[in-house]
Amino acid sequence: MKKILIIGGGIAGMEAAHELAALGHSVVIVERKDTLGGHVRKWDRLFPNKRSSEEVIAHLLQGVKHPLIEIRLKRTVVDLRRNPNGTFLAILSDETPITTDAVLFCTGYHLFDAYKKEEYGYGIYNNVITSAELERMFKNGKVLTAEGKTPERIGIVHCVGSRDAKCGNLHCSRICCVTGVKQAIELKELIPGVEVFNFYMDLRMFGRGFEQLYLEAQQQHRVRFVRGRLSEASETQDRRIYLKVDDTLVGRPMKMTVDLLVLMVGFEPRKTTLPLLERLGIERNEDGFIKVRDCHFDENRTNVNGIYVAGACTSAKSISETLTDACSAALEIHRNLSSKKS
Amino acid sequence: MKIEGKQRIWADYQKEIANDHYFYVRSCIRQNFFPASEVTFWKIIRDTLHKDIYENEHHTSCSGIGYHSDVVPFATTQAIVARQFALMTENGYKNLTSSCITSFGVYSEVLETWKHFPEELERTRDILYKASKREFDVPENVAHTSDLIFKFRNEINAQAKYRLVNAKTGEPLRGVEHIGCHYAKMFPSKGVGGAEHPYVLAGMIESWGGKVVDYPERRACCGFGFRQYFIQANRGYSVACTKRKFESMEPYKPDFILTNCPGCPYFLDRWQYVISEMEGKTYGENGYGIPVLTYEELAGLVLGFDPWDLGLQMHQVSVEPLLDKMGIAYDPAKKFLGVDNKNIGKPVCPNVMKI
Repeated sequence: MKKILIIGGGIAGMEAAHELAALGHSVVIVERKDTLGGHVRKWDRLFPNKRSSEEVIAHLLQGVKHPLIEIRLKRTVVDLRRNPNGTFLAILSDETPITTDAVLFCTGYHLFDAYKKEEYGYGIYNNVITSAELERMFKNGKVLTAEGKTPERIGIVHCVGSRDAKCGNLHCSRICCVTGVKQAIELKELIPGVEVFNFYMDLRMFGRGFEQLYLEAQQQHRVRFVRGRLSEASETQDRRIYLKVDDTLVGRPMKMTVDLLVLMVGFEPRKTTLPLLERLGIERNEDGFIKVRDCHFDENRTNVNGIYVAGACTSAKSISETLTDACSAALEIHRNLSSKKS
Repeated sequence: MKIEGKQRIWADYQKEIANDHYFYVRSCIRQNFFPASEVTFWKIIRDTLHKDIYENEHHTSCSGIGYHSDVVPFATTQAIVARQFALMTENGYKNLTSSCITSFGVYSEVLETWKHFPEELERTRDILYKASKREFDVPENVAHTSDLIFKFRNEINAQAKYRLVNAKTGEPLRGVEHIGCHYAKMFPSKGVGGAEHPYVLAGMIESWGGKVVDYPERRACCGFGFRQYFIQANRGYSVACTKRKFESMEPYKPDFILTNCPGCPYFLDRWQYVISEMEGKTYGENGYGIPVLTYEELAGLVLGFDPWDLGLQMHQVSVEPLLDKMGIAYDPAKKFLGVDNKNIGKPVCPNVMKI
């Protein structure tokens, strides 16, 4: 029996663990938090069908209830090196050593720190929040301004920290477009009569059901989509947010005041894994995400033999793509380990 | 508003400002707009703070206005800037401080160009040498003069005769800070506090006891915006831009406006009179305007300089309401007496705005 160490207990790590165990391998998941599920656990409902995130987490948790899967919560991998016999020795933060035949990085991503877009006033103006914070409000069943009022007009800004050279992020975070559309619909459903404006560069509705969601937002919910990036946000005397934006379709600058401004923060490479990656000589792309061996034929292997990757640690991915990627990684590991002698 | 959010940004934009020995370059227009500001800067830096500062009579315009109006090519601007650096080098200085925001922007732009395109630096050295036989070192430190007052704001506060506090109520005075566009909007890292939430003037107001007012149109241009004003047909945009700022700041009832650009105090001051005549509207208390000051003028008031020595009688908007709030003693009879006690002439009273 081969042993695989999975670093990261988000949805990619959980799905890969389930598949590897089903293929007869022993798996250890190391997760720094006290629960499995990663970012998805913080989300309320998911696109495109508004399924509860808890339903997805519950399904995946069922999958990791397996005698071959060991879960180590509230721990991190502090050291990882290759043994002369080709196996790896991992040292956890509680100093436990783990010898493993392969390592799968499912380390995910960081959400962009919206404070870096200084012109939007996140962290300064009370009623500027992120998409993640809006999800927390959805989970609590109430969307209110910092003053406890029900907002009458809400602005949603797309591509915050994505496709933005000024922030140092040229990559597209891909799922923020549809998340912005989903959240706009949810706001309309939750707050009768609320006006919602989505400010976008272009909307990349690439997945199944995404375009329908976009049409639903416009036709059924009257969400207004304004093609233009926000130039700045300021606070008014009554704590509302005053926006300046170019409406590029009309070809005119536009100003408006909203009660709540939601910033669709994008994906960034997880910086906390950097020391580990550097120690092992694992290559990264220019955007900082882990580089895969081949972008068409070898998406789950890194440049280092025995080190595999799955999920959003290589690029921004939706939940469906992440789960598919995790299955793919599990099969790749199984195939490679099965070809080796025990 | 969460001040800790701004403080986080301010911490990210800490700029190195030399501590002493400055080569000073004047503004082309400030002596005409606010004639005592530059001399007040010298008094503060040299006489109050005892720093070494030097200027050279051969210093010229940086060509900034011509450059931004597409009249002067960038290669020429680089050569002119190189000549100022040569004057600095010849006189043994390494730290340059510029009185003008546009010049500061030009120096920053030229230095950044040379950093990224070293061949431009070599070409400029060659051009300057062929034209004048001059050679130069790149300055070790370039600061705007408001950076220096910011750096020494606490030293100034330690010698303060007056503070930005209402002498009658003890409440902090409310100050609007307006930053010149060329200070940090092109290169945020060159400005104290960056471009979006600059701290250079806010820091002075805080240090001297006042309270900074943030308002929705804070970041908008003062109305000068070269193409708005230099092209006569566009001047309606200029006054409209200024009016928008005043409409936005009015509900916050600011006691004064503090600026760090040659053009901003002029336009924020003069256009208040124009708006009052055009629209019958004033923005200060009781029919007055909102006093607009340069940072040297405000520092001078805090240090107890005579308001008329600071040239405050040259403002369109009366500064007396601010002087009264700060509890500053002044002689109204001396307002329009020049340095030789000759009457310099009194402006005609506007129809609407009280002076």
